[in-house]
Amino acid sequence: MPSQMKTGARLGRGAPLVLLMFLLLLAVAASLAFGARVTSLSELRDGLSGDLATMGAAAVASRIPRTFLALLAGAALGLAGAVMQGVTRNPLADPGILGVNAGAALAVVVGMATIGLDSTYMYVWAAIIGASLAAVGGYTIACLGAGGATPLKLALAGAALTAALSSLTTAVVLPRGDIAGLVQSWLVGGVGGATQARIMPIVPFIAVGTMLSLISARKLNLLALGDETATGLGETVWVARIVAALGAVILCGAVTAACGPIGFVGLVVPHLSRLMFGVDYRWILPTSAAGGAILLVLADVVGRVVARPAELDVGIVTAFIGAPVFIWIVRRKRVAAL
Amino acid sequence: MSMTRNFMQLRLRADRKRRLGLCIIAAVFLGGVLVSLMIGRSFISPITIGQYLLGADVGGDAFTLGVLRFPRVIVAGLAGMCFGMGGVTFQTLLRNPLASPDIIGISSGASAAAVFCIVMLGLSGAVVSVVAVAAGLGVALAIYLLAWKGGAAGARLILVGIGISAMLQSFTAYLLTQAPSWSLQQSLRWMTGSTNGAQLELALPLVLALALFGGALIVIRRDLEVLRMGDDLAAGLGVRIGHVQIVAICAAVGLVAFATAATGPIAFVAFLAGPIAARLIKGGGSLLLPAALTGAALVVLADFVGQVLLPARYPVGIVTGVLGAPYLVLLIIKDNRNGGAL
Repeated sequence: MPSQMKTGARLGRGAPLVLLMFLLLLAVAASLAFGARVTSLSELRDGLSGDLATMGAAAVASRIPRTFLALLAGAALGLAGAVMQGVTRNPLADPGILGVNAGAALAVVVGMATIGLDSTYMYVWAAIIGASLAAVGGYTIACLGAGGATPLKLALAGAALTAALSSLTTAVVLPRGDIAGLVQSWLVGGVGGATQARIMPIVPFIAVGTMLSLISARKLNLLALGDETATGLGETVWVARIVAALGAVILCGAVTAACGPIGFVGLVVPHLSRLMFGVDYRWILPTSAAGGAILLVLADVVGRVVARPAELDVGIVTAFIGAPVFIWIVRRKRVAAL
Repeated sequence: MSMTRNFMQLRLRADRKRRLGLCIIAAVFLGGVLVSLMIGRSFISPITIGQYLLGADVGGDAFTLGVLRFPRVIVAGLAGMCFGMGGVTFQTLLRNPLASPDIIGISSGASAAAVFCIVMLGLSGAVVSVVAVAAGLGVALAIYLLAWKGGAAGARLILVGIGISAMLQSFTAYLLTQAPSWSLQQSLRWMTGSTNGAQLELALPLVLALALFGGALIVIRRDLEVLRMGDDLAAGLGVRIGHVQIVAICAAVGLVAFATAATGPIAFVAFLAGPIAARLIKGGGSLLLPAALTGAALVVLADFVGQVLLPARYPVGIVTGVLGAPYLVLLIIKDNRNGGAL
């Protein structure tokens, strides 16, 4: 029976995997083809081959780095969300809801105001430190006492952290007219206007974060069995948690440094991934990364198309996609599990 | 006979305690109003304020008091009353301190609607308040329906509210970045709440809201108290539960939405006022009035702190936001230790 189930599951994964790849290609194609400006097929060809003679071709060319950033950020957020849900064993763990993004934003703003940070290279470090502190803080608050980190406590701790941290962010910025304009971009996350200079600094961090996350896959499977069982199977639970969480926090910090706060991607994708590929984290993690990339690229396309000639920032599109999913997850659980 | 007398004595003692608590809150509120009127860029003595109130000529101070300080302190106090009363009504109805309108997204809904009217449709005045109230009611209804699953359990309701609130807040943030003249001060008003540049015209809708919705709540205050003991007991005592709940929710949303339309969603005032009032007023009885006064005291004092005591000038919502978060954390920890509702 077990072996049959295993082959069954493996056969069942083929079709979703093909679907995922197909969607990824489709999303990238859509992201290059559609935008606030309507472009023709010949302009699309010119733009992709580097011939920027027409306005349309130039518009297409400017969509390339943007698509790349959306792919990168989406994959990082999807992966980070899956890892956080595994580490906290909590279905509502998401960098946005836990206040991790707010922590990254505060650290960047404090860095700008006090020691004069002024490039994405330096933002990344500040953002990662802020994200780590917020993640540890939020999780600790939710864990205090006997009940452990229930979804409700985690969500509330995140809400409290977000409120306090964003108040502090504003408090830091308000007296400084010189950096006040920057706050605007920290309100809603977006991938518009991406340039190589904005993307390259975060690539190494995303690589490290991805590696730390992926090597934790097997350990996350053990953690899912419960701390006692994992310990019994010879796992040092806290080391496994720290390595995995560090990977997730690096990913969130890097994305926030480049794009600003983008919520809900990390919440939505792992759940879909679990529905399609089962509970094995060796499958959930890579497919969540792919799913996150698809979601963010498509959300960005939607944001460019629905409000023509203006654009919606991708952060608001993901919020509108993500909040219903959040509610669906909450409704699915029994009250006792909340 | 002696038992009755003992009971009467206990009752008297409780009443005395309650009156003492109310006096303390009122004194803090009035103290806050007085220091806000006295201290700012310039110092104005209480005697001058008294003379101004009696209609005497006080020279340049007349401008400072009449145009700058009085409108601000009046709007702050009234908005605080609305938030406090609306918040404690929600907390009482849902029997959970976490179920305050600023946590479950009702303030965010009112704020998003107000910003939409102002930024996208170019509206102002009473229309904005009415739309904000309608949006607040819509959000309340949506949360209730979405959390409904053979009964609206507290935890699910709060989580659904947090999700909706996150969505609405990012919508508000987006609307604000679309505003033609984006200014940080104005955005802050709609993100965290501020009384900057408050005019006396703002006070009129607040007074009306307090008279109408606050009045309705005061009328049903005894039924609300009984509801706190549980639906079954309330039904047994002859309270028409559905009727009371609908009136109370509409009135509470009305209060919060009107206040939000005037000052923006001042962070955590609705959440903090009820529990603080309950701490100060032991021995039961309706918390509506104490919470209203506590809310007013909170907003006035936090505004004073933000304007005068801190190195730079901060809008009131920043101060209450930083104040409220630790309390929320405390609540999470404490209730967990007691094995409470969380």
